[in-house]
Amino acid sequence: MAAMKRLFGRPEALRDVPTHYCPGCPHGIVHRLIAEVIDELEIREKTIGIAPVGCAVLAYNYFNCDMQEAAHGRASAVATGIKRALPDSIVFSYQGDGDLASIGTAEIVHAAARGENITVIFINNAIYGMTGGQMAPTTLVGQRTTTCPDGRDPRLAGFPIRISEMLATLDGAVYIARASVHNISHLLKAKRCIKTAFQVQLNGEGFAMVEVLCACPTNWGLSAPEAMKWVEKNMIPYYPLWEIKPLLKEGVVRD
Amino acid sequence: MEERLLMKGNEALAEAAIRAGCRCFFGYPITPQNEIPEYMAKRMPQVGGVFLQAESEVSAINMVYGAAGAGVRAMTSSSSPGISLKQEGISYMAGAELPCVVVNVMRAGPGLGGIQAAQGDYFQATKGGGHGDYYTLVLAPGSVQEMMDLTFDAFDLADKYRNPVLILCDAILGQMMEPVELKDEFITQLQPKPWATVGAKGREPNVINSFYVSAEEQEEHNIKLFTKYQRMRNEEVRVETWRMEDAEIALVAYGTVSRIAKAAVELMRQEGIKAGLIRPITLFPFPEKTIHDLAFNVKAFSVIEMSMGQLVEDVRLAVKGVAPVKFYGTTGGRLPTPESIFQKAYELMNELTRGENGCYEKIIR
Amino acid sequence: MIEKIIISGFGGQGIMVLGQLLAYAGMIEGKAVSWIPSYGAEMRGGTANCSVVISDKDIPSPVVSEANTIFAFNSPSLEKFESRIIKGGLLFINSSLVKIMPTRKDIKVIKVPANDIANELGNMKVTNMVMLGAYIKAAKAVSVNSIIQALKKVLPPRRHNLIPLDEEALKKGAVFA
Repeated sequence: MAAMKRLFGRPEALRDVPTHYCPGCPHGIVHRLIAEVIDELEIREKTIGIAPVGCAVLAYNYFNCDMQEAAHGRASAVATGIKRALPDSIVFSYQGDGDLASIGTAEIVHAAARGENITVIFINNAIYGMTGGQMAPTTLVGQRTTTCPDGRDPRLAGFPIRISEMLATLDGAVYIARASVHNISHLLKAKRCIKTAFQVQLNGEGFAMVEVLCACPTNWGLSAPEAMKWVEKNMIPYYPLWEIKPLLKEGVVRD
Repeated sequence: MEERLLMKGNEALAEAAIRAGCRCFFGYPITPQNEIPEYMAKRMPQVGGVFLQAESEVSAINMVYGAAGAGVRAMTSSSSPGISLKQEGISYMAGAELPCVVVNVMRAGPGLGGIQAAQGDYFQATKGGGHGDYYTLVLAPGSVQEMMDLTFDAFDLADKYRNPVLILCDAILGQMMEPVELKDEFITQLQPKPWATVGAKGREPNVINSFYVSAEEQEEHNIKLFTKYQRMRNEEVRVETWRMEDAEIALVAYGTVSRIAKAAVELMRQEGIKAGLIRPITLFPFPEKTIHDLAFNVKAFSVIEMSMGQLVEDVRLAVKGVAPVKFYGTTGGRLPTPESIFQKAYELMNELTRGENGCYEKIIR
Repeated sequence: MIEKIIISGFGGQGIMVLGQLLAYAGMIEGKAVSWIPSYGAEMRGGTANCSVVISDKDIPSPVVSEANTIFAFNSPSLEKFESRIIKGGLLFINSSLVKIMPTRKDIKVIKVPANDIANELGNMKVTNMVMLGAYIKAAKAVSVNSIIQALKKVLPPRRHNLIPLDEEALKKGAVFA
């Protein structure tokens, strides 16, 4: 029998352990995409990841690289501390919408404004997962959560934040993209965005962030396939998939 | 070769940090500690270190978390309201067992408070300060020289115990100039930190974390932390006793107040009152034993603070009722004077000796 | 010997530098010294004061509650600090600016028209040195030579060309002591 070619396997940057995530949760998918990118770029041994507070708090158990667990919202400040201390390392933070877009807005805005040479993966699932389904800064208008049981009313709770567009206005932000993992073709695009965001850091170009639209079937009260459809039908129209390309010094957009 | 220089407390502290091998400083402006970040902004680039003005005190302390976790000697400084904001990070670092040095140049409180020297953060500093079961080592310099020397020691202690070390000083110590002997010593080689997250090259990944899912694991971790704090109590207590050999009244004070109290002791001695001074240099661990032992030799303790009475509680716990403990405080940023300390101590001695021989009556002024 | 000094005036009159010079000069002479500035919200033209202690022995308290010597560079300084001079202490008044009279009779008052003299010398920056000249002569706590050495430490190198003028100002001030 001819030698078989290995087509699929666990990335080295991902540990061989079951995750604690709910069935149908895309955290595991995004973890895997990051791990594949780390493997492909051969940077695992110099990568330090930062786990947030939220569902991904235990991410340090899943990534097979050095990890720090940060206080709620502070991951990009912690990332700044590590990257400044060890400029030759590769530092990524993994943050949810409550973490990054609510309690950690100061940290993310200023990390981007400084052009901090880090990679941020921002998981937007429009809800607080770990605490049991409360309203997030990214919860859509009309979306029901345990703290807006009649649906988010903008007169009371304001409007959902488009963080990526906001950060893209900052000169220090070199690469910002919004991707989704609700189907295979988008998942592959998301991976390309994540890879670019790490490549930007490797090139020493500045701040890079990929916002990944994710489902939370458990707290949305939907089945996994329904939740994926919900992302497509409700989230993408409000949070368009989008990418700003790094500018060359001359101000020319690089492909 | 030691060099004698006239330096501000804040600058002496910053230079000592550089020489102690601190290579990451994250700060945020607040009076009266601004000389520290300003000095670091100038000095860090000269030694290839990092100075970064953070967007807030909260961010600054979390940057320290990251850098300390990466094995670098890291520090931040602030003043009272800013230190309250840093408590989140300090608690996380105590939990994750990260070494760092935090400087509090105290001003008045509560709230925004005034910008004059005060000591109202004693409880916050010595009882943990943030949430959860933990302590930080607390060093209380009493001169510009000690601002320098204790900062040097703070980095060693932080690494020795993998714990945050707090330098608790005040606006006077920070702003004051005194001559200092500048040690010609630069620490460049640190003890290896195999736990640090520097990239998992040829080893299993390291994790910096203070999160334990099960109560049993969290308890086990906390007990381990407290074993460490007990070791600090056994090994790190520092206290100065001054003219206590024959003292009948012991003044107890730390930081700037201890200096004013020394002048008060001299005044009292001139008037024939046998006074002495106990000056805790470590506030945690507290010099409990020294104070308890001396309680058998004195008639009373007078605790002097620039607060409404915080250190006095630890003194009472240490004295355990063996002798009376009285309190004299100024607050809001007002300083006590040697004369006012003298007056209080003198009234106290009169009160205690009335009915016996009234030996202090004759020196009423 | 323990000399406790409070120097007070407007920001910009060289109050802090004068205090630092005294502390430096004392240190050069091997004495124990301390210098504490007053400070507030940063403001140009606000009031400023500092206290200096120079002593043969260790300084127990660098905080000056009662001073041997007060420098009043303006009227508010005189009003604020006159009561804090010890009996028999020295009060130096910048009589170019201070038009009110001290009320104490148990202290020695030395009036120096420091602004006028500095103006004659052609540089208002030496106003503080004129006052210092009178102080050195009257109190003898530090020597002129130590002050000159201290100037080299305290002034940035680009200002060292002012040192001869500073010496001149010290001499002119000494006349009033």
